[in-house]
Amino acid sequence: MDLNRREFIKTIGIASALGILGGKGFELLLPGELDAKVLTESKGKQWAMVIDMPKCIQKNQKEPCKECITSCHTIHNVPDLADPKVELKWIWKEKYENTFPGTHHEYTNEAVHGKDFIVLCNHCTNPPCVRVCPTKATWQRPDGIVMMDWHRCIGCRFCMAACPYGARSFNWGDPRKCPPDKNPNFPTNMAYPTRSKGVVEKCTFCPELLAKGELPACVQACEKIKVNALIFGDLSDPESVVRQVLREKYTIRRKPELGTAPKVFYII
Amino acid sequence: MYDGTKILIGLIIGLAFFLSPFFYNAGKAAKAPQPELSPKAKEAKVCVREKDYMRSNHMQLLDNWRHTVVRDDVRYYKSPLNDKIYYMSLQQTCMECHSNKSKFCDSCHNYFGLVPYCWDCHVEPKEKK
Ligand code: HEC
Ligand code: HEC
Ligand code: HEC
Repeated sequence: MDLNRREFIKTIGIASALGILGGKGFELLLPGELDAKVLTESKGKQWAMVIDMPKCIQKNQKEPCKECITSCHTIHNVPDLADPKVELKWIWKEKYENTFPGTHHEYTNEAVHGKDFIVLCNHCTNPPCVRVCPTKATWQRPDGIVMMDWHRCIGCRFCMAACPYGARSFNWGDPRKCPPDKNPNFPTNMAYPTRSKGVVEKCTFCPELLAKGELPACVQACEKIKVNALIFGDLSDPESVVRQVLREKYTIRRKPELGTAPKVFYII
Repeated sequence: MYDGTKILIGLIIGLAFFLSPFFYNAGKAAKAPQPELSPKAKEAKVCVREKDYMRSNHMQLLDNWRHTVVRDDVRYYKSPLNDKIYYMSLQQTCMECHSNKSKFCDSCHNYFGLVPYCWDCHVEPKEKK
């Protein structure tokens, strides 16, 4: 057979087109098969959180409290690695001065000086982490949640470099090899996956709970001990709890000068 | 110059050596896997789709589930088999019925020399030994 270059390319083209059309490898679910029950909990909403620090500090002064942290890390199988260099955290404590660098000054209310603030992913309106992710493993959902798809994360850590709040942690090792004395029953939640070595993780605002009409785990934990320092709701609804609190109380956000527009607000 | 017998013997020994793996394994063909249903699956009688579909397409189904759950926030699946609604979850749905992973999923996957990496993260059901 005498093929010149043109004919060769044409033949290959036709063959590969037929290959695609005839191949079963491309068979996916038929249209309509997945229409089942599309959840509407998050439709048209913009999730946000207000953290009422006076309430949180008051509780902490009576006795050290970390109900929100424990609850989140238990539900999401976040182990305690007992080493700050490699620690994994979705929600954690940060000193007031480090939470609001540049905003604090020596004459602010003494009650907050040196106090532990609760910090987590800010689910920014303009998330820098999303901009730099090369695989779309992290992206912004229509309801504003900056979500992680661990199946796509390649562990490049650009997002960690981009996040100005240190809200992302990297799995330097296999989280299942966490020290057993600190994590007696790991994985703590048999209904949720762990992560693996080489992926980044962070707070997700609990879409798996929102889908069931429940509040995020940390908010539920704080409500359970009747402190109610974490308030969660829909920013796009003027009558929502978060909007009411934001209207009544003066709130600030972390590092506003960066223009990331966090959706986590603090009452000082 | 040529010693026919020596060459022939050499050839036979060489050939025997070459074919020895075939003789060694003769009659020991690995049995086709027999995935075992757990009591819970037996009670349910049917899977989320037809058996044949599951056998050949469960990986595509799982891929679709994880995509729709994680990326589209759609969490329920209506089976075209019987219109039943399933919560799309590997750990909470598939493994709830197929709780005997080692005798079910693994029996096939071992036969095919397959180690899905899902279990690096997804928690396997605890099995009684
Ligand atoms: C309600 C219980 C139930 C759930 C949930 C379930 N299965 Fe099944 N599965 C069964 C039963 C029962 C059978 C046997 C069906 C039959 O014999 O017709 C089966 C068969 C199968 C088979 C074929 C086995 C063979 O012998 O060829 C595969 C593969 C499979 N299931 C995988 C899955 C996966 C993957 C999921 C999650 C997406 C899942 N199953 C969810 C009950 C279940
Ligand atoms: C009837 C035999 C059989 C059973 C039972 C079975 N599998 Fe599979 N599975 C296969 C085969 C064969 C493949 C490989 C298909 C391919 O490579 O095209 C596969 C592939 C997969 C893959 C894709 C792996 C990869 O690396 O791409 C996943 C995920 C998977 N199976 C999950 C399950 C789960 C979970 C169960 C149990 C609930 C299960 N399978 C039960 C035969 C089976
Ligand atoms: C790097 C860790 C990791 C690996 C590897 C992984 N997953 Fe996941 N997967 C997760 C996390 C975390 C979730 C999020 C669960 C949620 O939000 O409810 C998830 C969610 C899912 C879901 C939907 C929700 C649920 O509860 O099951 C499916 C289905 C799924 N994964 C299938 C798979 C399959 C199939 C594989 C292997 C081919 C796999 N995953 C590999 C971490 C992983």
